[in-house]
Amino acid sequence: MKKRLLLIAVLAVLLSPAMIFAEDVVDPSAASALDAIWLIVCGGLVFFMQAGFAMVEVGLTRAKNAGNIIMKNLMDFSVGALLYWAIGWGLMYGPNGNGFIGSGDFFLASGDHVNWFFQVVFAATAATIVSGAMAERTKFTSYLIYSVFISGVIYPISGHWIWGGGWLSELGFHDFAGSTVVHSVGGWAALMGAIILGPRVGKYVKKDGKITVKAILGHNLPLAALGVFILWFGWYGFNAGSTLGASYDGAALDMAKVAVTTTLAAALGAVFAMFTSWVMNHKPDVSMSLNGALAGLVGITAPCWVVSPGSAVIIGAVAGILVVLSVEFIDKVLHIDDPVGAVSVHGVCGVWGTLAVGIFGDLDLLGASSRGAQIGVQALGAASAFLWVAVTAGLLFLIVKKTVGLRVTEVEELRGLDIDEHGTESYSGFQIFQNV
Amino acid sequence: MKLIIAYIQPDRLNSVKQELYKEEVYKISVTNAMGCGQQMGYTETYRGVEVEVNLLKKVRIEIAVNSSFVDKTIEAIIRGARSGEIGDGKIFVLPIEECIRIRSGEKGEGAIG
Repeated sequence: MKKRLLLIAVLAVLLSPAMIFAEDVVDPSAASALDAIWLIVCGGLVFFMQAGFAMVEVGLTRAKNAGNIIMKNLMDFSVGALLYWAIGWGLMYGPNGNGFIGSGDFFLASGDHVNWFFQVVFAATAATIVSGAMAERTKFTSYLIYSVFISGVIYPISGHWIWGGGWLSELGFHDFAGSTVVHSVGGWAALMGAIILGPRVGKYVKKDGKITVKAILGHNLPLAALGVFILWFGWYGFNAGSTLGASYDGAALDMAKVAVTTTLAAALGAVFAMFTSWVMNHKPDVSMSLNGALAGLVGITAPCWVVSPGSAVIIGAVAGILVVLSVEFIDKVLHIDDPVGAVSVHGVCGVWGTLAVGIFGDLDLLGASSRGAQIGVQALGAASAFLWVAVTAGLLFLIVKKTVGLRVTEVEELRGLDIDEHGTESYSGFQIFQNV
Repeated sequence: MKLIIAYIQPDRLNSVKQELYKEEVYKISVTNAMGCGQQMGYTETYRGVEVEVNLLKKVRIEIAVNSSFVDKTIEAIIRGARSGEIGDGKIFVLPIEECIRIRSGEKGEGAIG
């Protein structure tokens, strides 16, 4: 019986979404099956973004650290899933909380499996953003400790403010799929990590009192590109899935609209990052254009449901320009070593997307009184998330630095983290210049 | 005219290059090499099984210099490559019979500099 209902639900999705609202009353069990299918498929897509992050980060760093990057991306999900089940979910969505922190439903006592599954993959996305910015020099044990705290505490609490019914959502702050909740939180944690950790050996060379910025080339652009395509693919689950249901009235239109705005913003992000790098550095830069697509995606994540396709084009274009300027500013002016541009893509463009909700959003959908007020609330939310993460992640990394140590030794960094942290090589049988 | 060949640890290449620049030695060829010496090797683990790695990754540097540069070059390589541990590497110095610049056909010491 159950199977047949499921089949009907699948057929209903496949044949025509319009059929669903053609009927006045949707069979409740078919409706919940429809919702579950939608969320689990989309959750699977978001999970696959973990592979995207792993490939982007591997590609943009050196061969001698490839296995270490893979381990970080595997473990921040695996450790994070455990912690999000035990306490994270409860702190974010627990029913007995206040405006600041949720409480209750620890160890998923309520049995709300569908929603937990869709949320855990988001928590993992926030956690894994950091590994790129801290690549090639972080002690593996310290990274594991960090993973526990981001998925267990830092991400769920700021998430509660926005998605769990906390104080920001009370004020009318809108973040449809997580420009702030997921991306800015990850991006700012990445920023704190990169600052406290310090740059890789040979990245900023001091000579006669002047600091020269050196490029440390990634070892595999095709892998980085594959990672970006996987992320883009997974993002359809990230944004469209954030309708959080497929059976409510108008769900079909919402999903479709979100898919369109997401596509356009990503495309324009890539195009404008390409042009910006072309103008600034005389060539259309490959890895910057790849970053541009991600920037567009991060930018559209918050406003994807409340803006028109035309606005999505502008949001993506601005994100594409912004990401190139930000990468260069963080590298050349601030001298913060972020090997994959995670802070620019997720932190900076996350803020842009959050503000774009106020600038371009449909005020009726937002339920806002005026545009100015909505922009104000969006800015407040972005700033609060920054402060929260800067303080908590900053403290976390400082404590780890003082106790177990955050960074590997210089000799180990030069030889590569694969050999000394994991006792193995990623490209056995290949002769690779480890020294460059 | 001498040919200086040095085998060094891969992770020392950058500091060797920097020391050479300080001595105004700018011309250098670098190749990846495998080798074993006194260092003997180390073990890696792969899926729980120990792997003995006997042939180690080294970097081979070749520099052709005129006689007045020989000592400076050798000292620069030592400064850059030396850690005091086994496995720092070796330097060989060989005489060069002739040196010809392909572009101009120039020969001898002028072709090296």
